[in-house]
Amino acid sequence: MNKSVEILVVGGGPAGLAAAAAAKEAGVKAEDILIVERDRELGGILNQCIHNGFGLHTFKEELTGPEYAQRYAEKVQAAHIPYLLQTIVVDIRTGDGKDKGVCGTKYVTAMNKQEGIFTVEAGAVVLAMGCRERSRGALNIPGYRPAGIYSAGTAQRYVNIEGRMPGKEVVILGSGDIGLIMARRMTLEGAKVKLVAELMPYSGGLKRNIAQCLDDFGIPLKLSHTVVDIDGKERVKGVTVAQVDENRRPIAGTEEYISCDTLLLSCGLIPENELSAGLGVELNPVTAGPVVNESLETNVEGVFACGNVLHVHDLVDYVSEEAESAGRNAAEYALRRKPETGQGQQRAEKESAEICDMADAGRSAEAKIQDGLAVDGDEAPNSAAKQGSGIAVKTGRGVRYTVPSVLRPQYMQEEQVIRFRVGEVCREVELVVYFDGAPVMRMKKRIMVPAEMEQVKLKKENIEKHPGLKEIQIAVEQA
Amino acid sequence: MKTENGKSKMEGAATELVCIRCPIGCMVTVAKRPDGTWDITGNTCNRGAEYAKKELTDPTRIVTSTVRLRNGAQAVTSVKTKSDIPKGKMMECMAALRDVELEAPVRIGDVALANVAGTGVDMVVTKSVEKVG
Amino acid sequence: MYDAIIIGAGVSGCAVARELSRYEMKVAVLERASDVCEGTSKANSGIVHAGYDAEPGSKKAFLNIQGSRRMEALSEELDFPYKRNGSLVLCFEESDREKLQELLERGRKNGVEELRILEREELTKLEPNISEEAVAALYAPTGGIVCPFGLTVALAENACVNGVEFHLDTEVQSVEKMEKGYRVESSKGVFESKAVVNAAGVYADAFHNMVSAKKLQITPRKGEYCLFDKTLGDYVSCTVFQLPTKYGKGVLVTPTVHGNLLVGPTAEDIADKEGVNTTGDGLEDVLKRGGYSVQKIFAGKVITSFAGLRAHEAGDDFVIGEPEDAEGFIDVAGIESPGLTCAPAIGEYVAELVRKRIPAAKKTDFIAKRKGIPSVALADEAQRREFIRKNPAYANVICRCELVTEGEIMDAIHRPVGATTLDGVKRRTRAGMGRCQAGFCAPKTVEILARELGKDMAQIRKNAGESTFFAGYSKEG
Repeated sequence: MNKSVEILVVGGGPAGLAAAAAAKEAGVKAEDILIVERDRELGGILNQCIHNGFGLHTFKEELTGPEYAQRYAEKVQAAHIPYLLQTIVVDIRTGDGKDKGVCGTKYVTAMNKQEGIFTVEAGAVVLAMGCRERSRGALNIPGYRPAGIYSAGTAQRYVNIEGRMPGKEVVILGSGDIGLIMARRMTLEGAKVKLVAELMPYSGGLKRNIAQCLDDFGIPLKLSHTVVDIDGKERVKGVTVAQVDENRRPIAGTEEYISCDTLLLSCGLIPENELSAGLGVELNPVTAGPVVNESLETNVEGVFACGNVLHVHDLVDYVSEEAESAGRNAAEYALRRKPETGQGQQRAEKESAEICDMADAGRSAEAKIQDGLAVDGDEAPNSAAKQGSGIAVKTGRGVRYTVPSVLRPQYMQEEQVIRFRVGEVCREVELVVYFDGAPVMRMKKRIMVPAEMEQVKLKKENIEKHPGLKEIQIAVEQA
Repeated sequence: MKTENGKSKMEGAATELVCIRCPIGCMVTVAKRPDGTWDITGNTCNRGAEYAKKELTDPTRIVTSTVRLRNGAQAVTSVKTKSDIPKGKMMECMAALRDVELEAPVRIGDVALANVAGTGVDMVVTKSVEKVG
Repeated sequence: MYDAIIIGAGVSGCAVARELSRYEMKVAVLERASDVCEGTSKANSGIVHAGYDAEPGSKKAFLNIQGSRRMEALSEELDFPYKRNGSLVLCFEESDREKLQELLERGRKNGVEELRILEREELTKLEPNISEEAVAALYAPTGGIVCPFGLTVALAENACVNGVEFHLDTEVQSVEKMEKGYRVESSKGVFESKAVVNAAGVYADAFHNMVSAKKLQITPRKGEYCLFDKTLGDYVSCTVFQLPTKYGKGVLVTPTVHGNLLVGPTAEDIADKEGVNTTGDGLEDVLKRGGYSVQKIFAGKVITSFAGLRAHEAGDDFVIGEPEDAEGFIDVAGIESPGLTCAPAIGEYVAELVRKRIPAAKKTDFIAKRKGIPSVALADEAQRREFIRKNPAYANVICRCELVTEGEIMDAIHRPVGATTLDGVKRRTRAGMGRCQAGFCAPKTVEILARELGKDMAQIRKNAGESTFFAGYSKEG
């Protein structure tokens, strides 16, 4: 199979579905869109998130994950947008205008059992691959390597899809939302959850999950604690938990052995950007997701990103919202790129030099990821320059990252959402927006926590009142 | 297992709880005055006040779980209580699900178990699963 | 009656098995684990040592050179990943140059070819990310890297194809001298054999001491490692060792043959022969010492850590051969570093010892060549199309990080001495070896294992004993 589409969406989870549906609504024909999903059904990870609490913003009701997924899947199906299941994208590359294809066109290579290996040509690509969980190995937890250590999401799949219990006596490391949800889920299914240990002095999960998943069942949460040893040569027999100091190092003498047959890990999510990196997309070392502009477009022209592959979200509602925006922008790009005659190639070749310069710039991004390694987390890149002329959005005090990180006013919507997260729990603070160093907005916040995504909305008209604006900074300051 | 927040029942004493009606998660301080009126602070909206009062007088939860599925594309399908049920009934509700086995296909909204644990609330399917084989 | 029983299906046992399979002999390998390559062979540096380390005249020195010279041809014959990437021994102090020179001379005495000293300028040209403290280095272009699982599995498969029996989950409990030959009692019954090859790794002393009055003691010497993401696979190109410094014996920093970066090992004598746990102190030490060799250690890019046990014998050399008082019982004991390198040579050497006791003719139908599992990750598009044409399951990606397909996993299960466990599949296909460490693919691999082996998922194990994944079903109470 070889085909050509205007927009190819990688991933059929909540982000991919919303992006595809929005692209259709923005004027791209359904048959010019293709969603490629690796699993056997649409909906992504929501299919195993059977708890409620999804959709309060989007649908004004509390849905479970599968119900939320179904709404978007039905939307895509009703719009007759084609999708491939159990199909994996193995490579995306951009044509070079020479022997490697039409300049600017994206060549997406995928595989599945029915069609084998095939390449789809796309005008625009929406990256919506989601994220994965941090592994035991990445956490470098010492001890034996027995069976019985699962990421919370793997355990969730076993319980909620396969109907299998991963264990009966459970310790959970990390208070991310999936871990909290699984604490309740395992308890309801008869397991004993002995402890949730959290390395940081604050929880990584939403407050309501702590209330409903731990407090309701009397499950203790120990902040500033971590697992320092795993016991058990074949199956987990127990773990040693210790308190950590302000540098997150275990404090000698605080060790406590807890017998258990299962250790669940809920220690953070990492955007899945292997494909993006291969394509030359520049990544932000803080989010591990692409650096994007106001259109959620990466440094590779015509490649957009949304959802957890861009930055890890707290609520799916925001994923959908962001993905719709990416889908609309991809549609606009595709429609702009496609000349009225339908002779895409001629037009593409005309722009060849320009676009291919961009692509060349993109190719160096893989090296940048390497550079980013040294950062180990705390400093956001200032890559506005690479996005061409635009207003740089920079992180001020207390702000870990922003999405997007550059705004081009001519492409902005009337209202531009800037999403970000704070680095630590802050109470009674002001969120301040600076235009070239001058404060233009101040918003009082009673509390801001790292577990929750924050946003500010900027009006296009306000930005247009500041011609020549170079930099917008977002900061959290004491009120 | 602590199913009720015993301390919070004490009239007059202030209780702190996290409002879960929306993702903001306000820390609400609630106390019932001797005259029967409420003293509630920390909430940013009216739903917070309602939630705090409810948590003190009649806490309820939506229960989500799975039930076994015959001939389905997956071994189980997910279910939820169609509306919230008394918090104290959660485990009874779970126990009732043990004996339920549905036959694929199932559709979102199908009743998996009516009037679960005598609550008057139905347990409904939340994931459509096709029949296989 | 067997001609030879080999205790232990590690790299040494499998190498001996493969060499013996050239002859008209009835040979069985008894392994207590659920798979081959489950002990020391699975947790080591994966290095093909050039051979400058060992004491001239020792068995280690002789077998190292022989093994190192044979590895490349063997990798072609048996189709396992091997690369001659060269090795460096860094010297950090001008005052230590003497030691570097000694090492060079020892290497030359041992017969290592192309050895030479690199000065800093040349060193940094070869390795731009090398530590600024390094003043010079011994360069051994013949040093290499190998996939220890690939090597061991290839040897086992080829031995099996040529008629050697593999009895897994079969723990030897006792070895007893009979009038003629040996009686080997195991958890799966009694085996009688004319000869016994004791390749039991850290337990080799136990079996040796059952038949010989001249006692042997093997001390498990733990080595801890950290494995890094593939984005760092070319951070160094050579295997970088350190001269022993005031901080103690050094650790190595090396690319692996699969393109990861590996740092380790520590060296700690322990009492527990099952003590393959990593420790907080050990891992910290690995990262710290590794940092001496290169400009930066990216702790945030560790994808997993592990520990292995070297089978250390007090005499500091391999113990290979018959004890005086146990004719037909052949020790392959104390096989610590450079044991992996030596395996091809050990196989031949021990096979000769066995043949001295059990004369046997060469097989005329010996199959020398073995083809590994086709790798989708390494294949080009045309090859991929070909794999998929033969089996559409080769288009179904199970492990995304390492691009491993259902077809490869099915192949791993159905090959001779095939995988029956999650770790067995991992070692044969690399499913689960990537940066997500099986978080995504483990459930799918377990499902495929169950399906292909006709078992329930609950019966599938991670590796040994009770290492199952489930505690029953939900809704059981």
